[in-house]
Formats: sequence, C-alpha cells, structure tokens
Amino acid sequence: MSCVRVLVGTRKGAFILSSDGSRRKWEVSGPHFAGWEIFHMKGSAADPNRIYASQTSGWFGQIIQRSDDGGKTWHQPGTPAGQELKSPEGFPLGESNKFVYDTSDATGRPLTTHQWYDGTQHPWEFKRVWHLEPSLSDPQTVYAGVEDAAMFKTTDGGRTWNELAGLRQAHGDKWMPGAGGMGLHTILLDPTNPLRMYIAISAAGAFRTDDGGKSWKPINKGLKSNYIPNPEAEVGHCVHRIALHRDKPQVLYMQKHWDVMRSDNAGESWYEVSGNLPTDFGFPIDVHAHEPQTVYVVPIKSDSEHYPPEGKLRVYRSRTGGNEWEALTNGLPQKDCYVNILRDAMAVDSMDECGIYFGTTGGQVYASADSGDSWSAIVRDLPAVLSVEVQTLK
Amino acid sequence: MIRVVLPQHLRTLATVDREVRLEVRGVITIASILDAVESRYPMLRGTIRDHVTLRRRPLVRFFVCQEDWSNQPADTPLPDAVGQGTEPFFIIGAIAGG
Repeated sequence: MSCVRVLVGTRKGAFILSSDGSRRKWEVSGPHFAGWEIFHMKGSAADPNRIYASQTSGWFGQIIQRSDDGGKTWHQPGTPAGQELKSPEGFPLGESNKFVYDTSDATGRPLTTHQWYDGTQHPWEFKRVWHLEPSLSDPQTVYAGVEDAAMFKTTDGGRTWNELAGLRQAHGDKWMPGAGGMGLHTILLDPTNPLRMYIAISAAGAFRTDDGGKSWKPINKGLKSNYIPNPEAEVGHCVHRIALHRDKPQVLYMQKHWDVMRSDNAGESWYEVSGNLPTDFGFPIDVHAHEPQTVYVVPIKSDSEHYPPEGKLRVYRSRTGGNEWEALTNGLPQKDCYVNILRDAMAVDSMDECGIYFGTTGGQVYASADSGDSWSAIVRDLPAVLSVEVQTLK
Repeated sequence: MIRVVLPQHLRTLATVDREVRLEVRGVITIASILDAVESRYPMLRGTIRDHVTLRRRPLVRFFVCQEDWSNQPADTPLPDAVGQGTEPFFIIGAIAGG
C-alpha cells in the first residue's frame, strides 16, 4: 500500500511525518538537527530513500545533510562515518558545506556585484541554501538555490558543489535583495526536457535556462510591480514562488509579492489571474497532482501584515487555472489566526485523491486528503515551519 | 594535548563531548588549533571560520584564560597554559536571543 512522508523544515530542527495512504494517523519523527534552522529538505524522485537537507545557522554557517535510508540516519556527504577523513594529498575532507562562487577563468567571468538596498553595488556573499532540488533521474545530482542568489549543482551526492555561474550574467548587477534577503528560492525542473529549468529570486524575478544551466534569460514580461522604479522592468520583481504541473510544464503559476500570475508559454509572457481573491499577496502556490488547472494559494493580508485577512486561515483553490477562486475553510481556524505560510511551506502528494499540505509560522502542519475540501492538523506545536515537502511512497 | 571547548551546536555536529583533546604541533596559535580541529573533525570545516578566507565567522568568539582573543591575529602565539593543557581554548557562539 502506498504511504506518505512529509518532510518539515523548521526554525529549530527537522521533523518527518509519516502515514499510510489513508493519511489519518501520523507518526512524528524529530527533531532532527535540533536547534538548527532547516531551511529545506527534499527527497530524490529517483531514489526516495535519498533525502537532502539544508541545515543552517547564523552562527555556524551552512551544513548539507544527506540520508540514504529515508530519514532514519543522516550524514554530511563528505564525511560518512568510518570513511578516511583526509584526502590522498592530506587535505581534510568535509567539502560538502563549501559553496564558493565561481571566479574561474574556465567560465570566463569575474565575480560581479549586485545592487544593495540603497542602490549601491555590493559584492556577492554566500549566506545559506534556501532550496534543494534533486534531479528527476539521478539521486546523485542536486541543484541548490542559495543566498546571495546563485545556483549550485552537485553530481556526487552532495560532496562537492559548483556554481552555475551563467545565471549571474542575466543582469545580476541589477538584482537587489528583498527584505528577507536575496535568495534563490524556487527551482523547477521541466520533466519533459532535462535541459530546461526555471528559477526565481527575491527580488530579481524569474529566469529560465534551455541549455542545462549554462545560460539564463529573465522571464518577467507582463509582471507589473508598482514598488520598483520601473514597474515593468526586465528584472527586479519580487517573485515569491512559481509552480508547474508535470503534464503541462509550459504552464507556470506564480505568486508574486502582489499578484497571482500565469504564463502559458514557459514564462515568455505572464498575465494576472488574481480574480476574486480577497488579497493577491501571499507566498506559496502549488498545483494539484492530477489536475493541471487546479491551483492553490494562501492569501496574506499585505506586505506589512503577514497574516491571513480577518484572522481567518483560508486556502484558495482555483479549478480553472486562476481567476475564479473558492475559499477552503473546513478544518482551518476561522478566527484569531495570525500565522504566515512561507513560500516553500506548501506541497502536494500524488495519491489517487491528491493530498495538500502546508506549514505555518505558528508550528502547525495542516493536511488535506481530499484535494483541499477538508483539513486537519497533523501537528500543532512545532517551531515555526520554514518548508514542507511530500514524498508519495509506493 | 590541547583542550578545546566547543559550543553545543558544534558538539552535536561532530558527535563529541563538550571538550575535545587534540595534538597540535609547533607553535600553538588560533590558526594551528583550528587546523587541528578541522583535520580531526572535517564536518566542522566552514562552521568556525570561512572555508576560503579562513576568517572567523562573525558570531563566533575565541576565549583563552578568561580573555577575548577573537580579534587577535590568528598566528599570534597563545599563552603557555593552552599548550600545557592547563587552560582550554574556548570556541563560543555569541550570545543572542532566539
């Protein structure tokens, strides 16, 4: 029988929530890496027992963790227990935490600067990994979206990471951090074209590669952001999240700083589909596992009031690819609720009846086993939830 | 043997107790101690000082004989008490809320 594993990253550790296909009774494992921020965890589609985790700390920096047994045990990919701790040349291993921007002659370009909040130029400084996206076909290959915005890739299971430096050539000097930092937070792999990927950066916008990450182009035409000097600039838009459905990967859905947007041509142009939403500000957006036109968002009151309007936690669902939205409230608090749902904290499973999951800054992880019609909390009192991913295990 | 006291998060990362003991050859300095720590516990590379520049991470402090050595040049010889093992070398995470 199929079962479900929910990977939850929080401010103070990681938790793994497991259930059978009924998704009624849950087992909770954790905290793993207690006391550390776990920005993101994601399992490999090619080997579900392979899970990668981004463990970070303002004090001690970036750690990459890997599990090869579905989250029971973990190790840093460069330092598995029992392995020789030095290279043949005598240098210590432990390279898996090393994210160094590419300044090599081979890629031919020096490290540039980006815009700072005050419009001056500022050097790139690595801070943390926001998002890990394992390859769809190779468990050893993973993409990492980092702050300051860049994309790294490993092909050896996380032991070493190399930057895909071409991304920063896509007008990187004009990128500016959002209030939460200049993080590359979204990585979407086109399941029909291994050379095509989409990424999004706060507050630079969305970008696409069609050559496996060598070169990138901004895909922000149609976005309008009244809070930047040129509301229709090529880059500079605060994209919060993008989602696609594997059966129609050229159709993209975007939750922007304000506005819910849609593209039908792989990001070449966008149009607004906010429709009847009570507010079009929010962070996550996701697509139903079996219905490419069914989209979910969680409206948040405003850019300064990061909580649901009227204190009512409502997921909104569109079955028409946007514009027409219905509030999903059954089982969610409808008064005095002032949590936020962060951009990487919503996911769907691929059970026959699609399950939807999201985590809140108040520590609840809500699940719906019926496409959003009804909800219940799997857990209520975790640390603030930073990310939620789901694995459907056959 | 040199005694090094690690902060809680790094103890769990390296799966060690509060204090570790290390052999350090030559002049005992901050740099030579950190080299020894990272060689013995490679999972700590990058957590105390930057991988490339080897600069101390901003929220990490070094204390020796009840004095703050955080901003001393990394190649400054440390007091004899550290080399003799009568005083430990403290690696401390700066105190902050959260």
